[in-house]
Amino acid sequence: MSVLEAARMALHGVAANRLRSLLTMLGITIGVAAVIILVAVGHGSAVAVQKGIEGLGTNVVTIQPGGFGFGRGSGGNRSSFTQLTMKDVKALQDPSATPDVKSVTPVVTGSVAATFGSASYTPNQFIGTTPSYEEARKSPVAAGQFITQQQETAHSRVVVLGQTVVTNLFGGQDPLGQTIKLNGIGFQVVGVLAAKGTNGVQDQDDIAIAPLTTTQSLLTGVTGGLGQIIIEAKSSHQVNAAEAEATSILTPTHSSNGSANFRVLNQASLLQTTASTNQVFTVLLAAVAAISLLVGGIGVMNIMLVTVTERTREIGIRKAVGARRSDILAQFLSESVLLSVFGGAVGVAVGLLGSRFKLVGVQPAVEPYSVVLALAVGIAVGLFFGIYPANRAASLRPIDALRYE
Amino acid sequence: MSGGLRRPTLFLRNVSKSYGQGEIAVHALREVDLLVERGDFVAVMGSSGSGKSTLMNVLGCLDVPTTGRYFLDGIDVADLDDYELAYVRNRKIGFVFQSFNLVPRTSALHNVELPLIYARVPRRERRVLAVEALDAVGLTHRMEHMPNELSGGQQQRVAIARAIVTAPALVLADEPTGNLDSASTVEIMHILSDLHAAGRTIVMITHEPEVAAQAKRVIHLVDGRVDSDRRTDSAPATTARLERDDSAEAVSA
Repeated sequence: MSVLEAARMALHGVAANRLRSLLTMLGITIGVAAVIILVAVGHGSAVAVQKGIEGLGTNVVTIQPGGFGFGRGSGGNRSSFTQLTMKDVKALQDPSATPDVKSVTPVVTGSVAATFGSASYTPNQFIGTTPSYEEARKSPVAAGQFITQQQETAHSRVVVLGQTVVTNLFGGQDPLGQTIKLNGIGFQVVGVLAAKGTNGVQDQDDIAIAPLTTTQSLLTGVTGGLGQIIIEAKSSHQVNAAEAEATSILTPTHSSNGSANFRVLNQASLLQTTASTNQVFTVLLAAVAAISLLVGGIGVMNIMLVTVTERTREIGIRKAVGARRSDILAQFLSESVLLSVFGGAVGVAVGLLGSRFKLVGVQPAVEPYSVVLALAVGIAVGLFFGIYPANRAASLRPIDALRYE
Repeated sequence: MSGGLRRPTLFLRNVSKSYGQGEIAVHALREVDLLVERGDFVAVMGSSGSGKSTLMNVLGCLDVPTTGRYFLDGIDVADLDDYELAYVRNRKIGFVFQSFNLVPRTSALHNVELPLIYARVPRRERRVLAVEALDAVGLTHRMEHMPNELSGGQQQRVAIARAIVTAPALVLADEPTGNLDSASTVEIMHILSDLHAAGRTIVMITHEPEVAAQAKRVIHLVDGRVDSDRRTDSAPATTARLERDDSAEAVSA
């Protein structure tokens, strides 16, 4: 019997019991869709986190005060806490000691209430920094300009705003040249940052940036410690060298009992760690989905067994008029494969459709391999779980099958 | 297979069939010898338990004899494997059952096409042959109907069309009128008589004497043995002439 003939018979069998076939397909549909959506969610969150980390700049090493927490060089304790200062920045900027470093950017962070007219808003991040921040953090301006060295030196009251802050303070108005008040002190808006979106943890556009000098006098005082120092390496291969140089410069002045009390965050290694974490997360989700696919397959087997029992007499008739073992096998195997192909195809459609929506705050990113894999596994499941019932049908003796009531 | 017209369609030699073993064994057929010539029309009669259904199953290659040999159209059925048995059922035998046994939710035309599908006949040719067979039983106007939309007589006519569509050497009818009213019985017997007149070999089981009377030869089975074998037409019964040393090899040659 040709494949076409078997398929036609199978189609006839599937169509004869529409509701039952539909429900059986649903099992496969849910399984396939679950695999696609869950893998997409896992991948989507990985992409988001990765983008967030890349948004911080990839060739950079961040140094933060404090010896606890994670990161290299940890091991100090709270009592030996030493602040990072502009002196450290100067030391790190010495090109003879740090040949692999391109720029050193000090950053102070704080919290301010911003007002413009009647609107008021507290940006999630308020930082004071130097002009090199723009490049090190990959935060270009979309309009106006970033803080200049001149403004830095002059303690100018200027501020660069992120998109979220602009929206909240100005609505539709053009913020450039306007004066907003930060903690009651007037600052002129000189630039608006290009939108970066979320990094999976926080909104990167919810930010206001002012010159370091101005911020220190406004917020923490000039002698206050730095929140972090961003070191940009000259290239991606030099990141590790730059990290080593920075560590060797800072260790003599920032250590007690032989252990450093600052921590160094290497973006590249952070990226690697999160990538592997996400991998585990995605595999776990896929495993859950695979189980539902397996359950769907058992559903197919169940229904095919019922079908074979129900149609025992029909099988007897077919054998009496000359159907071979292989003909009956092909017919019932085609039926289960047809169920899983239909179910799988609908599952792919549902999966792709479902992946367009944001789920638990994550924009799913469909992995093409997961679509192919889910469909292939779905069909294989139908084939595998169809073999036993089909074989049972094919092995029926015509005389027994005909007598079956 | 070149015997042509002289080769008997059916030849049973010393066929026994028993179910179970030892003391509880049931002997459904005991040493049955039977020879049916091409073009004959045989009715097999007998009370229930006389072995006529078992005989039918053996003749239809649905069951195998415990001992003895069965030649169908010159082929020793015992030598055949599953695959070849399917072929024999497909090409050599047409079945007509008491309960019609049409595939449900499948049109009359498609039911008749079924044996042709398993015979790997191409689609277009299949349809032509099926329509011809339905025409022979006078049902071309209902060929798109499902079995449950047909009367019992019509269903049996579809079943007969299905039995003859592959032009088999033998048409086996197992109480074809058992489930039918008298009008439909007359109709079906007409068709069977027409098939016989057209040269088909027919073996029919029945327990209605008036149905058996349509046949040219009536065999009575009692307790698994041939009790009587008589011709209703002038020709003498063939089994009577059958000699024990008329070897199987000679027949299958």
